[in-house]
Amino acid sequence: MRRQRLEILLFVTPALALMAVFVLYPVFSAARMSLYSWQGFGPMDDFIGLENYLRVLTDEVFTDAVMHNFIIVFASIAVQLPLGLALALLLNRRIKGRGLLRTIVFVPYVLAEVIAGVVWFQLLQPRTGLLEQAVSSVGIPVPEQGFLGTPDLALTTVFVVLTWKYLGLAVLLFLAGLQGVPDELHEAAQLDGASWWQVQRRIAVPLIAPTIRTWVFLSMIGSLQLFDMVWILTGGGPANATTTMVTYLISMGTQRSNYGIAGAASVVLFLIGFAMALAYQYLVLRRDTKADA
Amino acid sequence: MVRNRYRHRLTTQVSAATFINVLHATTACEVTKGSDMRRSGRTALSVLCGSAVLLTATACGGGEETSAAGGDDNTITWWHNSNNEPGRGYYEQVAAEFEEANPGVEVEVEAMAHEDMVDRLAAAFQSGDLPDVYMERGGGELADHVEAGLVRDLTQESDEAIEKLGGNVSGWQVDGQTYALPFSLGVVGFWYNTELFEQAGITEAPQTMEELYAAIEKLKAAGITPLSVGAGDKWPAAHYWYYTALRACGQDVLEDAVTSLDFTDECFVEAGEVLEELLATEPFNPGFLTTPAQEGATSASGLLATDQVAMELAGHWEPGVMQGLTDDGAGLGENTGWFAFPEIEGGEGDPAAQLGGGDAWAVSTDAPDASVDLVNYLLSDEVQTGFAENDMGLPTNPAATSAVSDPALAQLLEVRDAAPYIQLYFDTAFGQSIGGAMNDSIALMFAGEATPQEIVDATMQAAELEK
Repeated sequence: MRRQRLEILLFVTPALALMAVFVLYPVFSAARMSLYSWQGFGPMDDFIGLENYLRVLTDEVFTDAVMHNFIIVFASIAVQLPLGLALALLLNRRIKGRGLLRTIVFVPYVLAEVIAGVVWFQLLQPRTGLLEQAVSSVGIPVPEQGFLGTPDLALTTVFVVLTWKYLGLAVLLFLAGLQGVPDELHEAAQLDGASWWQVQRRIAVPLIAPTIRTWVFLSMIGSLQLFDMVWILTGGGPANATTTMVTYLISMGTQRSNYGIAGAASVVLFLIGFAMALAYQYLVLRRDTKADA
Repeated sequence: MVRNRYRHRLTTQVSAATFINVLHATTACEVTKGSDMRRSGRTALSVLCGSAVLLTATACGGGEETSAAGGDDNTITWWHNSNNEPGRGYYEQVAAEFEEANPGVEVEVEAMAHEDMVDRLAAAFQSGDLPDVYMERGGGELADHVEAGLVRDLTQESDEAIEKLGGNVSGWQVDGQTYALPFSLGVVGFWYNTELFEQAGITEAPQTMEELYAAIEKLKAAGITPLSVGAGDKWPAAHYWYYTALRACGQDVLEDAVTSLDFTDECFVEAGEVLEELLATEPFNPGFLTTPAQEGATSASGLLATDQVAMELAGHWEPGVMQGLTDDGAGLGENTGWFAFPEIEGGEGDPAAQLGGGDAWAVSTDAPDASVDLVNYLLSDEVQTGFAENDMGLPTNPAATSAVSDPALAQLLEVRDAAPYIQLYFDTAFGQSIGGAMNDSIALMFAGEATPQEIVDATMQAAELEK
């Protein structure tokens, strides 16, 4: 018994220490910062209570940013889930060049986000970008200011790039789930005269539902934290059309030196993420964890 | 050479350091996430991780090692951003000469890329552990540092140098005291491609806004994009408004606004109206709202350097930046032209006044006394002449002005020295908080989403928070 405790201590301590340094301390530090008016240097002694929260929540740029985050959350699920599932089902069949196709779908996910962002940024350059030229050469009109430079199109464009980037993860997870579905079930169903489509719909998809639910969770959290791709592609512009909560807190904090406001924004982000995760846990993931116990 | 120095006058990109912090935090969280995946508490944990990654981005901006100020009274740490030759070598040599003239004093020179220096300085300001001699950009930023008690008052100890620099030090004064000595001071204006101007049949550089509009018309008629602007980085767009304000408002109004943060004078609205007029001519490169200022061939500077546009409003750093963006390292070469921001009809401002800014050497509060001697030496006729000979910037010591060899820089120097006054970039003058709000709303006007009054309102609102 004693030995077991020691073992637990030994194995858990490094993780806890990392957690304390990289998670708990920053959380605490940002929460403290959010109660002060602080420019980033000198003593933090101008206590202003919850005023920073008031400023953040009444700032239109921030409320728009929250909206953009939620648009991405729901659009990701609405678009990437069916698309990813369809691709996974297709790639799970014995078709020619399956390995190659799988690699092609998965490569964007492996690519570093910043590199992918810079590549897309160049592809989407107005007039000179390859993609722009390709699109206009087949007769589709391109917007005067380019896809990223037009406020009404920028968020959609960012979302398309994100889908290209993260579809691979969905496909990979779903494929792994599909491969865990026993062959006997497929055979039994086929013997009973079920069509391919019926097998997928009644057997495969229900069986990988836990995987799908986990992916939805990951996608949701990822969308709430969206930063790198937006920062590279648009920096939150044009005219704040693509700001997210994180680009807001970066521009308020490191660029404008309003560390108190940035702290408040990060706490709000933390709370939104936390609440959504808990809600999802209770409403959706509960049955998966129950089966676990 | 000039390129590194002036890139990102404002830290417009998330810093490398922040990226590394985020990376660290991400890895740490992945570890925790993975090992906890099968436990029921996993949701809470992974969310914690996720959000904490973001928090770290702001919270631990100053996490890196900053072995800045040594406690040693005879060792001076000096940070500068002349990371390339010949500047780097020249400063090494200057430090050695100083050590020789001051036996027992040791100068630890740290040359770094500009972005790195800005990051490390921000971290140093947070921790209070500053290098002894470092760079200040003046204005509100400096005033904040002074208020926090981080900068040494040089008024008495550097009186000779200050006298020599004359009006050039005004941007680095707070309440009449001088806290840093500018070693390079430049002005902003239109850099243009003389060949493209010729092609469009423009024989003389525009002197009034009407002439500028006419030039824009001619260029467009010739199928040439008239202007590029890096509105994605916001400050390049903001420079237009700064200039229309400088032309529309009298010197006394501007001076008053910098201290009182009161922008109710009519002329500030007028500045926005003139800018709207310019924007109505649609002179900018396609996609200018997300165009970066100086990075890569598709940036605003890159477009000018590669003959894609005819003009760009930029500072004295532009030739250096363009050289870095062309394969042959020549930039626009002999096609480089420059003209000052045009006059506004009926404006109160002096048409010869220029918008500008620069870099100054400051000494931190805890620095050894010899640091002041080093700064004085850096501003001496001798060192400034060497600085000018190496084309490291636009020297502020009048004794060194004739030593500038680059013709483009020499022309700017003439304009600068003929100016009745030089207005420090507004964002620097007002500090990042107010300046940032101002820049944001000006960028919105470029997107057609802010009125002249809204720029004034947004600025006043940000100023209100500072009071």
